Amino acid sequence: MIQVRNLGIDFGSEWALKNIDLDIPSNTTCAIIGPSGCGKTTLLCVLAGLLVPTAGQVLIDGQQLRGIRKNTGLILQNNGLLPWKTTWKNVELGLRTRQPDRKIVNEKVYSILKQMEISEFRNKYPAQLSGGQKQRTAIARTLVLEPDILLLDEASSALDAITREQLQNLILEIYKNKPTTLVLVTHSIEEAVFLGQKIVVMKKAQIKHIMSNPFFGDADIRTKPDYYNVCMEVRKRLCGDA
Amino acid sequence: MKVLRRTFNIRKIYGLAVVICLWEIIHFIVNSKIVPGPYETAKAFLGLLSGNLVLHILSSLFRVLSAISVSAAAGVPLGLLTGMSRKADSFISPVMYILYPIPKIAFLPVFMILFGLGNSSKIVLVTSIIIFQIMLSARDGVREIPQEFYYSARSLGLSMFQIYMHIVVPAVLPKLFSAMRISMGMCIAALFFSENFSTTFGIGYFIMNCWVMADYLHMFAGILALSLMGMLMFKVIDYAEKKLCPWLHLDS
Repeated sequence: MIQVRNLGIDFGSEWALKNIDLDIPSNTTCAIIGPSGCGKTTLLCVLAGLLVPTAGQVLIDGQQLRGIRKNTGLILQNNGLLPWKTTWKNVELGLRTRQPDRKIVNEKVYSILKQMEISEFRNKYPAQLSGGQKQRTAIARTLVLEPDILLLDEASSALDAITREQLQNLILEIYKNKPTTLVLVTHSIEEAVFLGQKIVVMKKAQIKHIMSNPFFGDADIRTKPDYYNVCMEVRKRLCGDA
Repeated sequence: MKVLRRTFNIRKIYGLAVVICLWEIIHFIVNSKIVPGPYETAKAFLGLLSGNLVLHILSSLFRVLSAISVSAAAGVPLGLLTGMSRKADSFISPVMYILYPIPKIAFLPVFMILFGLGNSSKIVLVTSIIIFQIMLSARDGVREIPQEFYYSARSLGLSMFQIYMHIVVPAVLPKLFSAMRISMGMCIAALFFSENFSTTFGIGYFIMNCWVMADYLHMFAGILALSLMGMLMFKVIDYAEKKLCPWLHLDS
């Protein structure tokens, strides 16, 4: 379980995060949505252990987070793939630092590439992949480490509409097959409603509203009116002054 | 692919043909022994290869390769350190900014007094010219690495040494190859100059000695040898870049 208590980040001239309190139960999903500059990516970086909070604390399974945690996976907006490594080398990068047995590394990498349907691109470099294939590679690189917390920073923002929906379906499928604590930052209302069991609306470095999404988990929700009702609700919260 | 390869070859042949034509035209216009024609120069060059020209070429190559090795061995770690550490940057960069624009070639007499009349002073001169280029390229290469690469690496659990090996070094390599290409011209020019003093071996010495003896045909053969040596070094750098940075040379 992730517990964020009275969290604050001060970048000197201004507060990037202020008085953040948030609970994310284990093996549930949470979508953080808000306008650019509201602090959602900063919050994700704190959860990843990349930024040290100025005030407050983050507890993971009751333990205070101090730096990078081995079992937390992070997928960044621009996927963070290294241009000089092939798909295979990118995916095995983190695993090789933890697993000395070459045979196990190869088996795990091959298996995750198959699962992500990118095994045919294993010898391609990121520059030779499409946006969707790159994101699948970035997801594979993180999932191969079998994290118990998965953090996604606007993972689908650079993709076209169809590829974005395919990626969202893939993330939901991954979650359903093996539930983990999933926190995603997005500026897409539709994505937040499709992937967020809990939807957190942020504005001006603070959490303005937290709502639960009763329709989470339905892969066909996009075709149902309920989906648009929740989207409308999130839109209202985002556009409202309160 | 075949078409591309053929186009590339045609371009090379075209370049060579233009240079030979221009040379022939100048030879025709000057109409003097001072500028021999390309055919007779090539013939003289091939003839000299069985003589001691090879020794002159090897002496120059040894000096250039030694200077490149020393510059890379010292310049790359210093450049990486300057790029990665603000503290190191505050110590090294101000010195680098003062020393870089100074015309090092003027220091040849000083280097000859300090390092002797043999190979050392020549290697030090060439090193002093290219090391700053390499240091600056390594430093700037590190600074251009996107923050997201470090975030990804740290979240994947990479150690500082692994970050250097998997991120910093590959990110900087293409910059280093560019720096070597740019330095190569200056490097050969400096070597040519330094080989005019206190030596009896080196392509610079060979060319100037032929000039003093008014042996213009062999002088031109020496210039051809120096040009071929430069071209060969360019090709070696290109080849090494293709092998070590394959992601820069993708077909699609």
